[in-house]
Amino acid sequence: MTISAIGITKRFGDFVALDDVSLEVAGGELTALLGPSGSGKSTLLRVIAGLERADAGEVIISGEDATGRPARERGVGFVFQHYAAFKHMTVRENVAFGLSIRHRPKAEIAARVDELLHLVQIDGLAERYPSQLSGGQRQRMALARALAVEPKVLLLDEPFGALDARVRKELRAWLRRLHEEMHVTTVFVTHDQEEAMEVADRIVIMNEGRIEQIGPPRELYERPGNEFVMSFLGPVNKLGDVLVRPHDVELLLEPNGATTVALIDRITYLGFEVRVELELRNGRKLWAQTTRESAAPLEPGKTVHVRPRATRTFDGDGVETVPAGDSPWWDRRVTMEVHHS
Amino acid sequence: MASVPSSSSLVAAGTVAARPAPPKVLRRMKVRRSTWLGVGLVTLYLSVIVLIPLAAVIWHAAELGPAAIWRVVSSPDTRAALQLSLMASVVVAAINAVVGTITAWVLVRDSFPGKTIVNALIDLPFALPTIVAGLTLLALYGPNGPFGVNLAYTRAAVMVALLFVTLPFVVRSVQPVLIELEQDVEEAASALGARGFTVFRRVVLPSLLPAIISGAGLSFARAIGEFGSVVLISGNIPFKTQIAPVRIFALVESGDSAGAAALAVVLLLISLGVLLALAFVQRWGRRGDEEE
Amino acid sequence: MRRSRSGPAALGAGGSRAGKYGLRTIALSYLALILVLPVGMVFYRTFENGLQPVLQALVDPLTLHALYLTVAIAAIAVPLNTLFGVFCALLMVRRRFLGKSILSVLIDLPFAVSPVVVGLSLVLVYGRTGWLGGWLAENGVRVIFAWPSMVLATIFVSLPFVVREVVPVLQEIGVDQDQAAHTLGATPWQTFWRVTLPAIRSGVTYGVILTTARALGEFGAVSVVSGKIAGRTSTLTVHVEERFQQFDLVGAYTSSLLLAVIALVIVLSMTVLRSKEVGA
Repeated sequence: MTISAIGITKRFGDFVALDDVSLEVAGGELTALLGPSGSGKSTLLRVIAGLERADAGEVIISGEDATGRPARERGVGFVFQHYAAFKHMTVRENVAFGLSIRHRPKAEIAARVDELLHLVQIDGLAERYPSQLSGGQRQRMALARALAVEPKVLLLDEPFGALDARVRKELRAWLRRLHEEMHVTTVFVTHDQEEAMEVADRIVIMNEGRIEQIGPPRELYERPGNEFVMSFLGPVNKLGDVLVRPHDVELLLEPNGATTVALIDRITYLGFEVRVELELRNGRKLWAQTTRESAAPLEPGKTVHVRPRATRTFDGDGVETVPAGDSPWWDRRVTMEVHHS
Repeated sequence: MASVPSSSSLVAAGTVAARPAPPKVLRRMKVRRSTWLGVGLVTLYLSVIVLIPLAAVIWHAAELGPAAIWRVVSSPDTRAALQLSLMASVVVAAINAVVGTITAWVLVRDSFPGKTIVNALIDLPFALPTIVAGLTLLALYGPNGPFGVNLAYTRAAVMVALLFVTLPFVVRSVQPVLIELEQDVEEAASALGARGFTVFRRVVLPSLLPAIISGAGLSFARAIGEFGSVVLISGNIPFKTQIAPVRIFALVESGDSAGAAALAVVLLLISLGVLLALAFVQRWGRRGDEEE
Repeated sequence: MRRSRSGPAALGAGGSRAGKYGLRTIALSYLALILVLPVGMVFYRTFENGLQPVLQALVDPLTLHALYLTVAIAAIAVPLNTLFGVFCALLMVRRRFLGKSILSVLIDLPFAVSPVVVGLSLVLVYGRTGWLGGWLAENGVRVIFAWPSMVLATIFVSLPFVVREVVPVLQEIGVDQDQAAHTLGATPWQTFWRVTLPAIRSGVTYGVILTTARALGEFGAVSVVSGKIAGRTSTLTVHVEERFQQFDLVGAYTSSLLLAVIALVIVLSMTVLRSKEVGA
């Protein structure tokens, strides 16, 4: 049940939502489309689903050309951010909808609905109406509804966006478990990088209508292809051209090698993690992410010696480079700006 | 760098390399054909029911030529009828603006036994046929009325009838706005020392104004064209209690359909003008909402 | 979500007790004089001379025919305007096209036209000297002074209600549910019947009620086009006036009572519906 999107371009008036985007999703994989608002991730998902028609490009689902086909014929299951529950139908009727419009026998429908309700763990709520359910329950119902017709691929558009933080985390883990049980090719859209990293097999990072990078979460985090990817997937300190992850900022009590002196501005304790805000002699600021043990001897107003365990530098084209010249890491000038044509 | 779909997988799927690259033509954003069909059907229905008949009125009036139209409209009977209609409608709209707002205020902010019933009754003029309204007003304020008040054949009768049929407009227009209005704003003004009426005048009223104007405008448009409720109690005395729609009716009955059309066009222009003005007012009122 | 409170405490936010009672008195007395008393009079006057004359008037063939004609005309006008209203609302909310605001104004036109002008316009199209007059006369089709013109007049005056009630409901529910049904395999027809229509049913119901009220109560336009021929082209409203002109007060009041009762039922349903909406 693979998905291929080839050369997808989509415009809304003057706004280019997708610019010649191509993507391959392997069968059984759980893929995240990750990016900020306006990156085109939802649009791409909806083009795959058939809810939007691309201005150019093709969509191929399970080897069949779906480009001209309406959503109805593509065999996709779609889950909406705001549930799109049929408010006038009970939970049971909602889940049964896809089957009942195909005129399956009543007994078959009933059995399948029971099975699905059990799978998504809302067994006792069958006769309730969506308005009587919590957000998390509604979304699980929506998922059951989409799965009822045995779709070739499952597409979720910011499925947990409308839920509060705790429910979101629960459902994330639950979705991952569900996927491992069912192995339906799944693509979901999110703007939450933590969510993507936790749930997906592969992440597709998008920005301004283009794909920036594709890869497993770990690879994207450890080997980002450009500055955008690096700063989107986690916090970043930017010193001139040099990018340093806060957890890569080493704090030492004695100078050692490539360290420089920094003044501690502020220390914030966030449970296990401690955030140390620093100011360098040249006025530049950065912050370090460290543990409580490491932060124990530190105090605001004191000085400490810092050095990065790892840095990255990207040139104007987003290609990683070795920092030019021999100025130290903390004193890099911003190199000449490269303008894209 | 971004991983590119491996060409081997695409070839294996039998989709690429077997044919030339598809032309990357950007399909124009077309309005769907079914939309145009739908618009056509709707326009057809509207034309048959509303537009063509109204066009006939305008055409028959225009046939007379502007000079003749002016003669018809400024003939003493007709002019008196128009003046009465205009004057009565303005007065009625003004009364409704005040009393309607008070009523809406009482219904939203006050509480008393039977309020639900009173609230429901506001809709009665919408539901009650105008002729029945006229009959009942006659029963109450006519020659045999229980209060000894006899308004029959007076201008007051016209007013009362118009007040009846236009009663719900301002009330129903203002109510939802009042309900939505944030109480906090009023309380804040109060806490700052403003007293009751000042609070109302400077804080609440500006928010209600678009709704009040809208309701008053609808009252006016309704009043100027009102027929059934006035017909019985006013006696339709020319120069005294004959309103414009009744005059049109008289012209039709006497066979002067061109004259009737001329007066009808004048009425149409007036009410259309009011409706269009209302549309602008609504947009102005909504602008304030969007800023939030 | 805005907070709003109603009730006596709310009024106290800036008003005095005297002010509150003053306002209440003004509002209630106005309503009593203009609204409640007149309607109450219908009931009183109808039964003034006892039950017997009322029953006689009710079963009078002219009254029965008028009732039948009123209902029959409404039975044509209301479904037509409902179909038009739902279709038009869907078009205006869900599709993009040029001239949408013009269409919106046109739909509101019936609100701006006096019923007498409605009648006149139909006469000028279908009447003897009207645009289609000649052709109709040649083919022996009677529109004016016959029920077809009355139907047309009724459709005209009750046209906007369903559209106006359904549009906001449609805007509220958005397209998500329809798209969900679409991805689940529903054809456009199935989606309309099983998802869209149930979702807008409150707006449709409300609109139908308002349309029916207007259709049943139409007087001015129907007066002009029907010729008020008793027993043939008299609706119940026209019948009321006719009885009055004939000094048959009992007859007039009886038919008025019928209409008033229908009106009260309509008002009641509107209230019930509105409270259900709030509770949801």
